[in-house]
Amino acid sequence: MELLQMQAEELSGKIKSGELGVWEAVSFYKERAALAEPETGAFLTLTEEAALKRRADEVQEGIKSGRYQGSLAGVPVAVKDNICTKGLRTSCASEMLENFVPAYDATVVERMQAAGMIVFGKTNLDEFAMGSTTETSALARTKNPWNVQHVPGGSSGGSCASVAAGEIPLALGTDTGGSIRKPAAYCGVTGFKPTYGRVSRYGMIAYASSLDQIGPVGRSVSDCAALYGIIAGNDPRDAVTSKEEVRIPRTALSDASEAVGRLKGMRIGVPKEYLGEGTQEEVRKAVWEAAALLARNGAVVEEISLPLTEYVISAYYIIACAEAGSNLARFDGVKYGYRAKEAEGLQEMYRRSRSEGFGEEVKRRILLGSFVLSAGYYDAYYLKALKAKRLIKEEFDRTFASFDCLLTPSASETAPEFGTSLPEPLRMYLSDIDTAGVNLAGLPAISIPCGFGGNGLPLGIQLIADRFCEETLFCVARAYEELRGALPAVWEREDAGKAGTRQESRGSRNEKDAGTAGMKKEERRECNAGRGKAV
Amino acid sequence: MQIDDTIIERMEFLAKLCLSEEERERAGKEIEKILSYVEKLNELDTDGVEPLVHILPEENVFREDIVTNGDGRDAALSGAPLQRDGQYVVPKTV
Repeated sequence: MELLQMQAEELSGKIKSGELGVWEAVSFYKERAALAEPETGAFLTLTEEAALKRRADEVQEGIKSGRYQGSLAGVPVAVKDNICTKGLRTSCASEMLENFVPAYDATVVERMQAAGMIVFGKTNLDEFAMGSTTETSALARTKNPWNVQHVPGGSSGGSCASVAAGEIPLALGTDTGGSIRKPAAYCGVTGFKPTYGRVSRYGMIAYASSLDQIGPVGRSVSDCAALYGIIAGNDPRDAVTSKEEVRIPRTALSDASEAVGRLKGMRIGVPKEYLGEGTQEEVRKAVWEAAALLARNGAVVEEISLPLTEYVISAYYIIACAEAGSNLARFDGVKYGYRAKEAEGLQEMYRRSRSEGFGEEVKRRILLGSFVLSAGYYDAYYLKALKAKRLIKEEFDRTFASFDCLLTPSASETAPEFGTSLPEPLRMYLSDIDTAGVNLAGLPAISIPCGFGGNGLPLGIQLIADRFCEETLFCVARAYEELRGALPAVWEREDAGKAGTRQESRGSRNEKDAGTAGMKKEERRECNAGRGKAV
Repeated sequence: MQIDDTIIERMEFLAKLCLSEEERERAGKEIEKILSYVEKLNELDTDGVEPLVHILPEENVFREDIVTNGDGRDAALSGAPLQRDGQYVVPKTV
C-alpha cells in the first residue's frame, strides 16, 4: 500500500474500512514532512506530537463510533498561517504576530475538525498574504519543490509547496487576488477559489474583505471539491456568507466518464487578453492545447474578448490596499501582537509598534491605502476603482450569459527565481493579471496543472465560472483532469532520475538558504537582509 | 502624481507609521510608480456608473440581541502584550 500515491478521499476510505490506522497515516506524513522540510520550508509551525497523537486517537475513536463518516475523515490537513487555530500559533508570517496564539478556531477549522480531519500544521505565506511569491514572509523562506532556486508563488506558497512535496495530502489557502491559484500553478497542484461568500472567513485574519476567500489546495479536483464541501456554507459569524445550497457534482467527480460526458455542448470562452504579450509562448500553447482537448470531447470553445482586463490590476490594487489599510489598523500593540519597547505616550507606542512590527510590503500597501482613501484623493482613486469594478463585473456577467466557463492561464509564466520579483513591486503586482479579475467579480475559479515548461517547472490552466456555479466548474475541471491524464509528482520525477533540479536540491540542503523557520531571530534577519525593514 | 515629503508625512500620520529617511525616500518612489500606473483608470469613462462595493446583493443581517459567545475576557486578554486586573495596559494618555 503506497500511502504517498493516495489521494485524500482514498486515504480516508482506507482508514474508515480499517485497513489503515489514523495514527499510521498521520505518522507517515510526519516522516515525509521531516524529510522534505529542510528543503521546502513550507511549514511555520507543526502541531506538537503529543497533541497530534491525542487528536489522531480521538478521530480513530470517532470513526469507530460512527461520529466521523465524511469523505475526508481521518485525513491530515495543513492550514495557511493567516487562519486562526485555537492554541496553535497563527503568525501571518509577520513579526507583528510572531507569538500570537489564538483563543478560538476559525469556522473552517471547526468544520474540518467536526468532519474528523486533523490539523497537521501551519503553512508559510507572504506577510499578511501580501505578495505573489511568499518572499515577503518575515519568518521563513519557502521554496518551490520542483526547483529550490525558484519561488513557490504566493501568497499561499507554504500550502501549495507542502502538497506538491507530498508532505500533506490537502491544505487550506486564502485567495484575495490569486493567492491560491498562482502558487498552485507554480507548484503543480490543484487550487480552488470559491465564489465570494461561499466560505466563512470568521477567524481568517483579513487582508481585503471584499475580495478575500478561503479555499482548498490538493492533488486533484475531487479532493479539492470534497474539502470545499466541508468548509462551505452559511455562517452567521461572516455576514456575507450565502444561504444558497452548496452543490457538488458527486457522481461526475467520482466517475470521470460522466464528467467528460457532460462536456458535450458546454460553451467555453478563451479570452484573448489573458494570452497577450506578457504571456510566455509555452503558457499560451498550453492553454490552446487544453482548449483543443476540451473541444475534441464535445465542448464548444471560442476565442472571446474581455477588453476591460487591462484595468483589472489598477482597480484591484487600489481596492485591496484601501481595505488593507483599514483592516490592519487593529494591530496597534494593545490587544495582541508586537509592542515597541519604551515608547513614550500612546501615539508613539502605536506608531513605533506598527513600524517595527510590519515588513516593507505591508507598510507600502497600508500607506497606499491611506493615500487613496484620504481627503482630496478619495474620488480620483478609490471611488474611480469602485466604478471600474462595476464595469469589470458587468463585463463578466455579459460573458457568462453566453458561456458556461472561461479558460485562461493561471499565471503568465512559470515560477520566477528568488530575488527577481521584490525589487520591482509594480512588476510583481502586474503578474496578478490572470487572477485578480476573478476576485473583483467574486467568481469561483480553479487552477489545474497542465504540464511543464521548458525549464521543468509546472504550468497551470485556470477555469472560471459564474458566481455560485461551482458545480459546472468542478465538472469541466474533472473532465479536463481526466483527459489530460496523470502528471508526475515531484517524488516520481526524482525516482525516475530525470529531474534536472535534483542536483541543485541536494546542493542547497544544508546551506544557508535552507528554511529559516528554526533559526534565531538575528540569523533570520540576516537571511532576509534583502527584505530589510525599509519601505 | 508626484509624491513629496508633505504627502508622505500625511500618509504616515494617517497610517500611524513612522518611516526612516531612507524608507521615506523608497516609499515615495515606489508609490509614485504605482500611482502613475493605476491612473490608467482615467482612460475609462465612468460617467453615470455607480461605485460597486458589495459584489453580492446587499442585505442586512439581523439577529436577536442575545449574547451567545459567553465571557471570553480572559481568553481575549491572553494575547495582550501587557495586561493587569483584567484590563489592557497602555502608556499614560493624559
